[in-house]
Amino acid sequence: MLKYKFDWAVVTSGKYFDWLASGLYVTIQLSVVSVALSFLLGLIIAVMRMSHVRPIRWFAHGYLEFFRNTPLLVQIFFWYFGSYKILPQAVNDWMNRQNFEFAAAVVALTIYTSAFIAEDIRSGVLSIPKEQMEAARSSGFSYLGSMRYIILPQAVRLTIPPLINQFLNLAKNSSLAMTIGVAELTYQARQVESYTFKGFEAFTAATLVYVVISSVITILVNIYNKTVLRPMRAR
Amino acid sequence: MIRFEGVHKWFGKLHVLNNVNLQVKQGEVVVVCGPSGSGKSTLIRTINELEPINEGRLIVDGMDLGGRGTDINKLRAEIGFVFQQFNLYPHLSVLKNITLAPIKIRRLDRKEAAQQAMALLERVGLAEKRDAYPSQLSGGQQQRVAIARALAMKPKIMLFDEPTSALDPEMIGEVLAVMKDLAESGMTMMVVTHEMGFAREVSHRIVFIDHGIILEEANPAEFFRNPKHERAQQFLRQVLSPMH
Ligand SMILES: Nc1ncnc2c1ncn2[C@@H]1O[C@H](COP(=O)(O)OP(=O)(O)O)[C@@H](O)[C@H]1O
Ligand SMILES: [Mg+2]
Repeated sequence: MLKYKFDWAVVTSGKYFDWLASGLYVTIQLSVVSVALSFLLGLIIAVMRMSHVRPIRWFAHGYLEFFRNTPLLVQIFFWYFGSYKILPQAVNDWMNRQNFEFAAAVVALTIYTSAFIAEDIRSGVLSIPKEQMEAARSSGFSYLGSMRYIILPQAVRLTIPPLINQFLNLAKNSSLAMTIGVAELTYQARQVESYTFKGFEAFTAATLVYVVISSVITILVNIYNKTVLRPMRAR
Repeated sequence: MIRFEGVHKWFGKLHVLNNVNLQVKQGEVVVVCGPSGSGKSTLIRTINELEPINEGRLIVDGMDLGGRGTDINKLRAEIGFVFQQFNLYPHLSVLKNITLAPIKIRRLDRKEAAQQAMALLERVGLAEKRDAYPSQLSGGQQQRVAIARALAMKPKIMLFDEPTSALDPEMIGEVLAVMKDLAESGMTMMVVTHEMGFAREVSHRIVFIDHGIILEEANPAEFFRNPKHERAQQFLRQVLSPMH
Protein backbone atom coordinates (compact mmCIF):
# COMPACT_ATOMS: atom_id res chain seq x y z
CA MET A 1 0.00 0.00 0.00
CA LEU A 2 1.23 3.40 -0.94
CA LYS A 3 1.80 5.76 1.91
CA TYR A 4 1.38 9.42 1.09
CA LYS A 5 2.86 11.85 3.59
CA PHE A 6 1.08 15.18 3.68
CA ASP A 7 3.39 18.15 3.76
CA TRP A 8 1.43 21.39 3.89
CA ALA A 9 4.56 23.42 4.60
CA VAL A 10 5.44 23.08 0.91
CA VAL A 11 2.60 25.38 -0.08
CA THR A 12 2.33 27.66 2.95
CA SER A 13 5.81 29.14 2.84
CA GLY A 14 9.03 29.43 0.93
CA LYS A 15 9.69 29.27 -2.81
CA TYR A 16 6.61 27.27 -3.76
CA PHE A 17 4.32 29.56 -1.84
CA ASP A 18 5.83 32.41 -3.84
CA TRP A 19 5.10 30.56 -7.06
CA LEU A 20 1.47 30.10 -6.10
CA ALA A 21 1.21 33.73 -5.01
CA SER A 22 2.63 34.94 -8.31
CA GLY A 23 0.15 32.62 -10.06
CA LEU A 24 -2.68 34.20 -8.13
CA TYR A 25 -1.39 37.63 -9.11
CA VAL A 26 -1.42 36.69 -12.80
CA THR A 27 -4.91 35.18 -12.50
CA ILE A 28 -6.22 38.40 -10.97
CA GLN A 29 -4.41 40.54 -13.56
CA LEU A 30 -5.79 38.45 -16.39
CA SER A 31 -9.32 38.57 -14.99
CA VAL A 32 -9.34 42.28 -14.20
CA VAL A 33 -7.90 43.37 -17.55
CA SER A 34 -10.20 41.03 -19.45
CA VAL A 35 -13.36 41.96 -17.58
CA ALA A 36 -12.73 45.67 -18.10
CA LEU A 37 -12.12 45.22 -21.82
CA SER A 38 -15.04 42.83 -22.24
CA PHE A 39 -17.32 45.32 -20.54
CA LEU A 40 -16.43 48.01 -23.10
CA LEU A 41 -16.67 45.60 -26.01
CA GLY A 42 -19.87 44.09 -24.61
CA LEU A 43 -21.45 47.54 -24.32
CA ILE A 44 -20.70 48.27 -27.97
CA ILE A 45 -21.98 44.87 -29.13
CA ALA A 46 -25.14 45.26 -27.02
CA VAL A 47 -25.93 48.64 -28.58
CA MET A 48 -25.23 47.20 -32.05
CA ARG A 49 -27.48 44.24 -31.26
CA MET A 50 -30.34 46.68 -30.59
CA SER A 51 -29.60 48.93 -33.55
CA HIS A 52 -32.34 49.83 -36.00
CA VAL A 53 -29.92 49.23 -38.85
CA ARG A 54 -30.34 45.60 -39.88
CA PRO A 55 -26.81 44.70 -41.04
CA ILE A 56 -25.38 46.07 -37.79
CA ARG A 57 -27.90 44.11 -35.77
CA TRP A 58 -27.17 40.93 -37.74
CA PHE A 59 -23.44 41.33 -37.35
CA ALA A 60 -23.81 41.66 -33.57
CA HIS A 61 -26.16 38.69 -33.50
CA GLY A 62 -23.66 36.54 -35.40
CA TYR A 63 -20.86 37.65 -33.10
CA LEU A 64 -22.85 36.66 -30.04
CA GLU A 65 -23.88 33.26 -31.36
CA PHE A 66 -20.41 32.44 -32.64
CA PHE A 67 -18.40 33.30 -29.57
CA ARG A 68 -20.83 31.99 -27.01
CA ASN A 69 -21.17 28.63 -28.71
CA THR A 70 -17.62 27.60 -29.41
CA PRO A 71 -15.42 26.13 -26.66
CA LEU A 72 -13.26 28.67 -24.90
CA LEU A 73 -10.22 26.41 -25.14
CA VAL A 74 -10.54 26.35 -28.93
CA GLN A 75 -10.82 30.13 -28.95
CA ILE A 76 -7.68 30.45 -26.83
CA PHE A 77 -5.74 28.24 -29.24
CA PHE A 78 -7.25 30.11 -32.15
CA TRP A 79 -5.98 33.50 -30.97
CA TYR A 80 -2.68 32.06 -29.80
CA PHE A 81 -1.84 30.29 -33.05
CA GLY A 82 -3.94 32.22 -35.49
CA SER A 83 -3.84 35.83 -34.44
CA TYR A 84 -0.90 36.62 -36.73
CA LYS A 85 -2.99 35.83 -39.74
CA ILE A 86 -6.13 37.81 -38.97
CA LEU A 87 -5.49 40.56 -36.45
CA PRO A 88 -4.36 43.99 -37.69
CA GLN A 89 -0.59 44.54 -37.68
CA ALA A 90 -0.85 47.15 -34.93
CA VAL A 91 -2.52 44.69 -32.58
CA ASN A 92 0.09 42.05 -33.32
CA ASP A 93 2.87 44.53 -32.63
CA TRP A 94 1.25 45.45 -29.37
CA MET A 95 0.85 41.79 -28.40
CA ASN A 96 4.50 41.08 -29.16
CA ARG A 97 5.63 43.94 -27.03
CA GLN A 98 3.68 42.42 -24.16
CA ASN A 99 4.08 38.93 -22.93
CA PHE A 100 2.57 37.28 -26.02
CA GLU A 101 0.87 34.38 -24.21
CA PHE A 102 -0.70 36.77 -21.75
CA ALA A 103 -1.92 39.05 -24.53
CA ALA A 104 -3.39 36.16 -26.52
CA ALA A 105 -5.18 34.97 -23.39
CA VAL A 106 -6.54 38.49 -22.81
CA VAL A 107 -7.84 38.67 -26.38
CA ALA A 108 -9.50 35.26 -26.17
CA LEU A 109 -11.03 35.79 -22.73
CA THR A 110 -12.17 39.32 -23.63
CA ILE A 111 -13.93 38.34 -26.82
CA TYR A 112 -15.50 35.27 -25.26
CA THR A 113 -16.69 37.11 -22.16
CA SER A 114 -17.87 40.19 -24.07
CA ALA A 115 -20.49 38.04 -25.78
CA PHE A 116 -21.99 37.07 -22.43
CA ILE A 117 -21.74 40.58 -21.04
CA ALA A 118 -23.44 42.00 -24.14
CA GLU A 119 -26.40 39.72 -23.50
CA ASP A 120 -26.48 40.75 -19.83
CA ILE A 121 -26.50 44.41 -20.82
CA ARG A 122 -29.18 43.81 -23.42
CA SER A 123 -31.47 42.11 -20.94
CA GLY A 124 -30.75 44.99 -18.57
CA VAL A 125 -31.88 47.45 -21.24
CA LEU A 126 -34.97 45.40 -22.06
CA SER A 127 -35.97 45.45 -18.40
CA ILE A 128 -36.03 49.26 -18.30
CA PRO A 129 -39.67 50.33 -18.75
CA LYS A 130 -40.34 51.78 -22.20
CA GLU A 131 -41.74 54.90 -20.52
CA GLN A 132 -38.16 55.89 -19.65
CA MET A 133 -37.34 56.06 -23.33
CA GLU A 134 -40.54 58.02 -23.95
CA ALA A 135 -39.70 60.50 -21.20
CA ALA A 136 -36.22 60.97 -22.62
CA ARG A 137 -37.41 61.36 -26.21
CA SER A 138 -40.09 63.83 -25.04
CA SER A 139 -37.37 66.05 -23.58
CA GLY A 140 -35.75 66.21 -27.01
CA PHE A 141 -33.06 63.54 -26.66
CA SER A 142 -32.23 61.58 -29.79
CA TYR A 143 -32.41 57.79 -29.67
CA LEU A 144 -28.68 57.51 -28.97
CA GLY A 145 -28.76 60.37 -26.47
CA SER A 146 -31.60 58.68 -24.60
CA MET A 147 -29.62 55.45 -24.54
CA ARG A 148 -26.50 57.17 -23.34
CA TYR A 149 -27.90 59.36 -20.59
CA ILE A 150 -31.04 57.58 -19.44
CA ILE A 151 -31.33 53.95 -20.49
CA LEU A 152 -27.77 52.59 -20.35
CA PRO A 153 -26.89 54.15 -16.97
CA GLN A 154 -29.88 52.32 -15.49
CA ALA A 155 -29.23 49.13 -17.42
CA VAL A 156 -25.59 49.06 -16.39
CA ARG A 157 -26.58 49.38 -12.74
CA LEU A 158 -28.80 46.34 -13.20
CA THR A 159 -26.00 44.62 -15.08
CA ILE A 160 -23.43 44.94 -12.32
CA PRO A 161 -24.38 41.72 -10.46
CA PRO A 162 -24.27 39.56 -13.62
CA LEU A 163 -21.14 41.45 -14.58
CA ILE A 164 -19.47 40.49 -11.33
CA ASN A 165 -20.53 36.91 -11.96
CA GLN A 166 -18.85 37.15 -15.35
CA PHE A 167 -15.75 38.29 -13.53
CA LEU A 168 -16.02 35.17 -11.40
CA ASN A 169 -16.37 33.01 -14.50
CA LEU A 170 -13.37 34.77 -15.95
CA ALA A 171 -11.26 34.08 -12.88
CA LYS A 172 -12.12 30.40 -13.28
CA ASN A 173 -11.93 30.32 -17.08
CA SER A 174 -8.56 32.00 -17.02
CA SER A 175 -7.13 28.70 -15.76
CA LEU A 176 -7.40 27.50 -19.36
CA ALA A 177 -4.71 30.02 -20.25
CA MET A 178 -2.20 27.64 -18.71
CA THR A 179 -2.49 25.58 -21.88
CA ILE A 180 -0.69 28.29 -23.83
CA GLY A 181 1.83 28.83 -21.05
CA VAL A 182 0.42 31.75 -19.09
CA ALA A 183 1.84 31.40 -15.58
CA GLU A 184 -1.44 31.83 -13.74
CA LEU A 185 -2.58 30.04 -10.59
CA THR A 186 -3.38 26.61 -12.03
CA TYR A 187 -0.18 26.63 -14.09
CA GLN A 188 1.84 27.39 -10.97
CA ALA A 189 0.09 24.68 -8.97
CA ARG A 190 1.11 22.25 -11.73
CA GLN A 191 4.68 23.54 -11.50
CA VAL A 192 4.76 23.01 -7.75
CA GLU A 193 3.42 19.52 -8.27
CA SER A 194 6.08 18.58 -10.80
CA TYR A 195 8.92 19.93 -8.68
CA THR A 196 7.77 18.50 -5.34
CA PHE A 197 5.38 15.66 -6.21
CA LYS A 198 3.05 17.30 -3.65
CA GLY A 199 0.17 17.52 -6.09
CA PHE A 200 -2.56 17.11 -3.53
CA GLU A 201 -1.33 20.01 -1.43
CA ALA A 202 -0.66 22.24 -4.42
CA PHE A 203 -4.09 21.77 -5.97
CA THR A 204 -5.87 21.95 -2.62
CA ALA A 205 -4.23 25.33 -2.09
CA ALA A 206 -5.23 26.46 -5.60
CA THR A 207 -8.80 25.23 -5.07
CA LEU A 208 -9.07 27.10 -1.79
CA VAL A 209 -7.92 30.29 -3.45
CA TYR A 210 -10.62 29.96 -6.14
CA VAL A 211 -13.20 29.32 -3.42
CA VAL A 212 -12.09 32.40 -1.50
CA ILE A 213 -12.25 34.55 -4.65
CA SER A 214 -15.77 33.42 -5.46
CA SER A 215 -16.99 33.82 -1.88
CA VAL A 216 -15.71 37.36 -1.70
CA ILE A 217 -17.36 38.16 -5.03
CA THR A 218 -20.67 36.63 -3.98
CA ILE A 219 -20.66 38.70 -0.81
CA LEU A 220 -19.93 41.86 -2.81
CA VAL A 221 -22.88 41.16 -5.12
CA ASN A 222 -25.20 40.75 -2.15
CA ILE A 223 -24.06 44.01 -0.60
CA TYR A 224 -24.52 45.80 -3.93
CA ASN A 225 -28.01 44.40 -4.34
CA LYS A 226 -29.00 45.59 -0.89
CA THR A 227 -27.45 49.02 -0.96
CA VAL A 228 -27.80 50.17 -4.58
CA LEU A 229 -30.37 48.18 -6.50
CA ARG A 230 -33.13 47.82 -3.96
CA PRO A 231 -33.43 51.59 -3.27
CA MET A 232 -33.42 52.32 -7.00
CA ARG A 233 -36.27 49.93 -7.65
CA ALA A 234 -38.39 50.80 -4.66
CA ARG A 235 -41.34 52.98 -5.36
CA MET B 1 -49.75 76.79 -31.84
CA ILE B 2 -51.30 73.38 -32.50
CA ARG B 3 -53.51 72.61 -35.50
CA PHE B 4 -55.05 69.23 -36.38
CA GLU B 5 -56.53 69.03 -39.86
CA GLY B 6 -58.46 65.87 -40.66
CA VAL B 7 -56.14 63.69 -38.62
CA HIS B 8 -56.59 59.91 -38.61
CA LYS B 9 -54.73 57.23 -36.73
CA TRP B 10 -55.10 53.49 -36.64
CA PHE B 11 -53.64 50.82 -34.37
CA GLY B 12 -53.93 47.89 -36.75
CA LYS B 13 -57.65 47.79 -37.53
CA LEU B 14 -58.60 49.98 -34.59
CA HIS B 15 -59.51 53.49 -35.73
CA VAL B 16 -58.23 55.47 -32.70
CA LEU B 17 -58.39 58.98 -34.12
CA ASN B 18 -61.16 59.67 -36.60
CA ASN B 19 -61.00 62.91 -38.57
CA VAL B 20 -59.75 65.13 -35.77
CA ASN B 21 -59.91 68.87 -36.40
CA LEU B 22 -58.72 71.01 -33.54
CA GLN B 23 -56.84 74.23 -32.88
CA VAL B 24 -55.05 75.43 -29.79
CA LYS B 25 -53.88 79.04 -29.79
CA GLN B 26 -51.00 80.51 -27.89
CA GLY B 27 -51.81 80.91 -24.18
CA GLU B 28 -54.88 78.73 -24.40
CA VAL B 29 -55.64 75.98 -21.91
CA VAL B 30 -57.61 73.13 -23.44
CA VAL B 31 -58.92 70.19 -21.45
CA VAL B 32 -59.56 66.89 -23.20
CA CYS B 33 -61.94 64.44 -21.62
CA GLY B 34 -63.80 61.31 -22.59
CA PRO B 35 -64.34 57.71 -21.54
CA SER B 36 -61.41 55.38 -21.01
CA GLY B 37 -60.07 54.02 -24.30
CA SER B 38 -61.59 56.86 -26.32
CA GLY B 39 -58.20 57.98 -27.72
CA LYS B 40 -57.26 60.85 -25.37
CA SER B 41 -53.72 59.67 -24.75
CA THR B 42 -53.21 58.91 -28.40
CA LEU B 43 -54.46 62.38 -29.33
CA ILE B 44 -52.12 64.20 -26.99
CA ARG B 45 -49.18 61.92 -27.83
CA THR B 46 -49.43 62.73 -31.54
CA ILE B 47 -48.52 66.34 -30.74
CA ASN B 48 -44.92 65.44 -29.91
CA GLU B 49 -45.01 62.44 -32.21
CA LEU B 50 -44.79 59.80 -29.53
CA GLU B 51 -47.51 58.42 -31.80
CA PRO B 52 -47.15 59.26 -35.49
CA ILE B 53 -50.34 60.06 -37.38
CA ASN B 54 -51.44 58.09 -40.45
CA GLU B 55 -53.49 60.69 -42.31
CA GLY B 56 -54.21 64.41 -42.29
CA ARG B 57 -52.03 67.29 -41.22
CA LEU B 58 -50.69 68.23 -37.81
CA ILE B 59 -48.87 71.51 -37.41
CA VAL B 60 -47.18 72.32 -34.11
CA ASP B 61 -45.33 75.56 -33.45
CA GLY B 62 -45.23 76.19 -37.17
CA MET B 63 -43.71 72.79 -37.97
CA ASP B 64 -45.51 70.22 -40.08
CA LEU B 65 -45.18 66.86 -38.33
CA GLY B 66 -45.54 64.94 -41.55
CA GLY B 67 -43.05 67.22 -43.32
CA ARG B 68 -39.67 65.98 -44.45
CA GLY B 69 -37.55 68.79 -43.05
CA THR B 70 -39.01 68.60 -39.55
CA ASP B 71 -36.41 67.92 -36.87
CA ILE B 72 -38.51 66.04 -34.34
CA ASN B 73 -35.93 66.25 -31.55
CA LYS B 74 -35.85 70.00 -31.90
CA LEU B 75 -39.63 70.23 -31.81
CA ARG B 76 -39.87 67.95 -28.77
CA ALA B 77 -37.43 70.17 -26.88
CA GLU B 78 -40.05 72.94 -27.19
CA ILE B 79 -42.87 70.80 -25.83
CA GLY B 80 -43.09 69.68 -22.21
CA PHE B 81 -44.83 66.35 -21.62
CA VAL B 82 -46.13 65.22 -18.24
CA PHE B 83 -47.09 61.55 -17.89
CA GLN B 84 -49.65 59.84 -15.73
CA GLN B 85 -46.89 57.72 -14.15
CA PHE B 86 -44.41 60.65 -13.78
CA ASN B 87 -41.56 58.69 -15.42
CA LEU B 88 -38.80 60.43 -13.52
CA TYR B 89 -35.32 59.00 -14.04
CA PRO B 90 -34.87 56.75 -11.00
CA HIS B 91 -31.07 56.75 -11.11
CA LEU B 92 -30.79 60.53 -10.84
CA SER B 93 -31.44 62.92 -7.98
CA VAL B 94 -34.29 65.40 -8.23
CA LEU B 95 -31.91 68.19 -9.23
CA LYS B 96 -30.24 66.07 -11.92
CA ASN B 97 -33.59 64.94 -13.27
CA ILE B 98 -34.31 68.61 -13.93
CA THR B 99 -30.90 69.72 -15.20
CA LEU B 100 -30.08 66.78 -17.50
CA ALA B 101 -31.86 67.95 -20.65
CA PRO B 102 -30.99 71.66 -20.26
CA ILE B 103 -27.30 70.72 -19.91
CA LYS B 104 -27.16 68.12 -22.66
CA ILE B 105 -29.60 69.63 -25.14
CA ARG B 106 -29.72 73.36 -24.42
CA ARG B 107 -25.99 73.35 -23.59
CA LEU B 108 -26.50 75.32 -20.40
CA ASP B 109 -23.54 75.22 -18.06
CA ARG B 110 -23.97 73.22 -14.88
CA LYS B 111 -24.19 76.15 -12.51
CA GLU B 112 -26.74 78.02 -14.54
CA ALA B 113 -28.83 74.88 -15.00
CA ALA B 114 -28.75 74.21 -11.26
CA GLN B 115 -29.82 77.76 -10.44
CA GLN B 116 -32.70 77.55 -12.86
CA ALA B 117 -33.69 74.14 -11.48
CA MET B 118 -33.71 75.50 -7.94
CA ALA B 119 -35.97 78.35 -9.00
CA LEU B 120 -38.37 75.81 -10.51
CA LEU B 121 -38.24 73.63 -7.42
CA GLU B 122 -39.13 76.71 -5.34
CA ARG B 123 -42.03 77.29 -7.66
CA VAL B 124 -43.41 73.76 -7.20
CA GLY B 125 -42.62 73.88 -3.47
CA LEU B 126 -39.92 71.21 -3.36
CA ALA B 127 -36.64 73.09 -2.96
CA GLU B 128 -35.66 70.98 0.05
CA LYS B 129 -35.89 67.78 -2.03
CA ARG B 130 -33.13 68.69 -4.47
CA ASP B 131 -30.88 65.80 -3.43
CA ALA B 132 -33.60 63.21 -2.90
CA TYR B 133 -34.15 60.36 -5.34
CA PRO B 134 -37.53 59.82 -7.00
CA SER B 135 -38.17 56.64 -4.99
CA GLN B 136 -37.99 58.72 -1.80
CA LEU B 137 -40.81 61.04 -2.88
CA SER B 138 -44.58 60.69 -2.70
CA GLY B 139 -46.54 60.49 -5.95
CA GLY B 140 -47.62 64.11 -5.72
CA GLN B 141 -44.05 65.24 -5.15
CA GLN B 142 -42.80 63.13 -8.06
CA GLN B 143 -45.37 64.67 -10.36
CA ARG B 144 -44.40 68.18 -9.30
CA VAL B 145 -40.76 67.34 -10.02
CA ALA B 146 -41.84 65.98 -13.40
CA ILE B 147 -43.55 69.30 -14.15
CA ALA B 148 -40.42 71.19 -13.09
CA ARG B 149 -38.34 68.90 -15.31
CA ALA B 150 -40.53 69.73 -18.29
CA LEU B 151 -40.49 73.46 -17.53
CA ALA B 152 -36.69 73.48 -17.32
CA MET B 153 -36.56 73.29 -21.12
CA LYS B 154 -38.56 76.55 -21.28
CA PRO B 155 -41.20 74.90 -23.45
CA LYS B 156 -43.71 76.78 -25.57
CA ILE B 157 -46.38 74.15 -25.01
CA MET B 158 -47.09 71.87 -22.04
CA LEU B 159 -48.97 68.60 -22.51
CA PHE B 160 -50.44 66.65 -19.59
CA ASP B 161 -51.77 63.11 -19.89
CA GLU B 162 -53.93 62.41 -16.83
CA PRO B 163 -51.36 63.95 -14.48
CA THR B 164 -53.37 63.24 -11.33
CA SER B 165 -54.92 59.86 -12.15
CA ALA B 166 -52.17 57.85 -10.46
CA LEU B 167 -52.24 59.93 -7.27
CA ASP B 168 -53.82 59.36 -3.90
CA PRO B 169 -56.75 61.78 -3.53
CA GLU B 170 -54.99 63.92 -0.92
CA MET B 171 -52.16 64.67 -3.36
CA ILE B 172 -54.24 65.70 -6.34
CA GLY B 173 -54.71 69.26 -5.08
CA GLU B 174 -51.01 70.08 -4.84
CA VAL B 175 -50.42 69.06 -8.46
CA LEU B 176 -53.50 70.88 -9.77
CA ALA B 177 -52.35 74.00 -7.90
CA VAL B 178 -49.04 73.95 -9.76
CA MET B 179 -50.87 73.49 -13.08
CA LYS B 180 -53.26 76.31 -12.31
CA ASP B 181 -50.35 78.59 -11.50
CA LEU B 182 -48.79 77.62 -14.81
CA ALA B 183 -51.99 78.30 -16.73
CA GLU B 184 -52.26 81.73 -15.14
CA SER B 185 -48.72 82.53 -16.24
CA GLY B 186 -49.93 82.25 -19.83
CA MET B 187 -48.59 78.84 -20.79
CA THR B 188 -50.19 77.09 -23.75
CA MET B 189 -51.54 73.86 -22.29
CA MET B 190 -53.40 70.77 -23.35
CA VAL B 191 -54.54 68.63 -20.46
CA VAL B 192 -56.18 65.21 -20.52
CA THR B 193 -58.00 64.94 -17.21
CA HIS B 194 -61.15 63.90 -15.44
CA GLU B 195 -60.74 66.67 -12.88
CA MET B 196 -63.82 68.63 -13.81
CA GLY B 197 -63.15 71.24 -11.13
CA PHE B 198 -59.89 72.11 -12.85
CA ALA B 199 -61.60 72.08 -16.24
CA ARG B 200 -64.32 74.45 -15.11
CA GLU B 201 -62.03 76.84 -13.25
CA VAL B 202 -58.87 76.93 -15.31
CA SER B 203 -59.52 75.85 -18.88
CA HIS B 204 -60.66 78.01 -21.76
CA ARG B 205 -62.12 75.16 -23.73
CA ILE B 206 -63.19 71.58 -23.21
CA VAL B 207 -62.95 68.91 -25.86
CA PHE B 208 -65.00 65.76 -25.47
CA ILE B 209 -63.82 62.73 -27.41
CA ASP B 210 -65.35 59.30 -27.81
CA HIS B 211 -64.24 56.43 -30.06
CA GLY B 212 -61.63 58.72 -31.56
CA ILE B 213 -64.18 61.30 -32.67
CA ILE B 214 -64.40 64.78 -31.20
CA LEU B 215 -68.07 64.95 -30.30
CA GLU B 216 -68.11 68.26 -28.54
CA GLU B 217 -65.95 71.35 -28.19
CA ALA B 218 -67.17 74.17 -25.99
CA ASN B 219 -66.21 76.68 -23.34
CA PRO B 220 -66.48 75.23 -19.83
CA ALA B 221 -69.59 77.10 -18.74
CA GLU B 222 -71.47 75.92 -21.80
CA PHE B 223 -70.13 72.39 -21.59
CA PHE B 224 -71.25 71.89 -18.01
CA ARG B 225 -74.55 73.72 -18.31
CA ASN B 226 -75.69 72.27 -21.55
CA PRO B 227 -73.74 69.37 -23.04
CA LYS B 228 -75.20 68.76 -26.46
CA HIS B 229 -74.20 65.24 -27.21
CA GLU B 230 -75.86 62.42 -25.39
CA ARG B 231 -72.51 60.64 -24.79
CA ALA B 232 -71.15 63.79 -23.18
CA GLN B 233 -74.18 64.06 -20.89
CA GLN B 234 -73.70 60.45 -19.87
CA PHE B 235 -69.98 61.00 -19.27
CA LEU B 236 -70.60 64.09 -17.16
CA ARG B 237 -73.16 62.30 -15.03
CA GLN B 238 -70.57 59.62 -14.36
CA VAL B 239 -67.60 61.79 -13.46
CA LEU B 240 -69.63 64.30 -11.49
CA SER B 241 -71.49 61.72 -9.47
CA PRO B 242 -69.95 61.26 -6.02
CA MET B 243 -70.10 57.50 -6.49
CA HIS B 244 -67.84 57.17 -9.52
N1 LIG C 1 -49.71 51.04 -28.79
C1 LIG C 1 -50.99 50.61 -28.99
N2 LIG C 1 -51.21 49.53 -29.77
C2 LIG C 1 -52.47 49.09 -29.98
N3 LIG C 1 -53.57 49.64 -29.46
C3 LIG C 1 -53.40 50.72 -28.66
C4 LIG C 1 -52.10 51.25 -28.38
N4 LIG C 1 -52.24 52.31 -27.56
C5 LIG C 1 -53.56 52.43 -27.33
N5 LIG C 1 -54.27 51.48 -28.00
C6 LIG C 1 -55.72 51.35 -28.02
O1 LIG C 1 -56.23 52.53 -28.59
C7 LIG C 1 -57.40 52.94 -27.92
C8 LIG C 1 -57.23 54.35 -27.39
O2 LIG C 1 -56.24 54.35 -26.39
P1 LIG C 1 -55.84 55.63 -25.55
O3 LIG C 1 -55.51 56.73 -26.49
O4 LIG C 1 -54.79 55.23 -24.60
O5 LIG C 1 -57.19 55.95 -24.78
P2 LIG C 1 -57.43 56.84 -23.50
O6 LIG C 1 -56.20 57.58 -23.17
O7 LIG C 1 -58.56 57.75 -23.88
O8 LIG C 1 -57.87 55.91 -22.41
C9 LIG C 1 -57.65 51.92 -26.84
O9 LIG C 1 -58.61 50.99 -27.32
C10 LIG C 1 -56.33 51.26 -26.64
O10 LIG C 1 -56.48 49.94 -26.22
MG1 LIG D 1 -54.98 57.50 -21.43
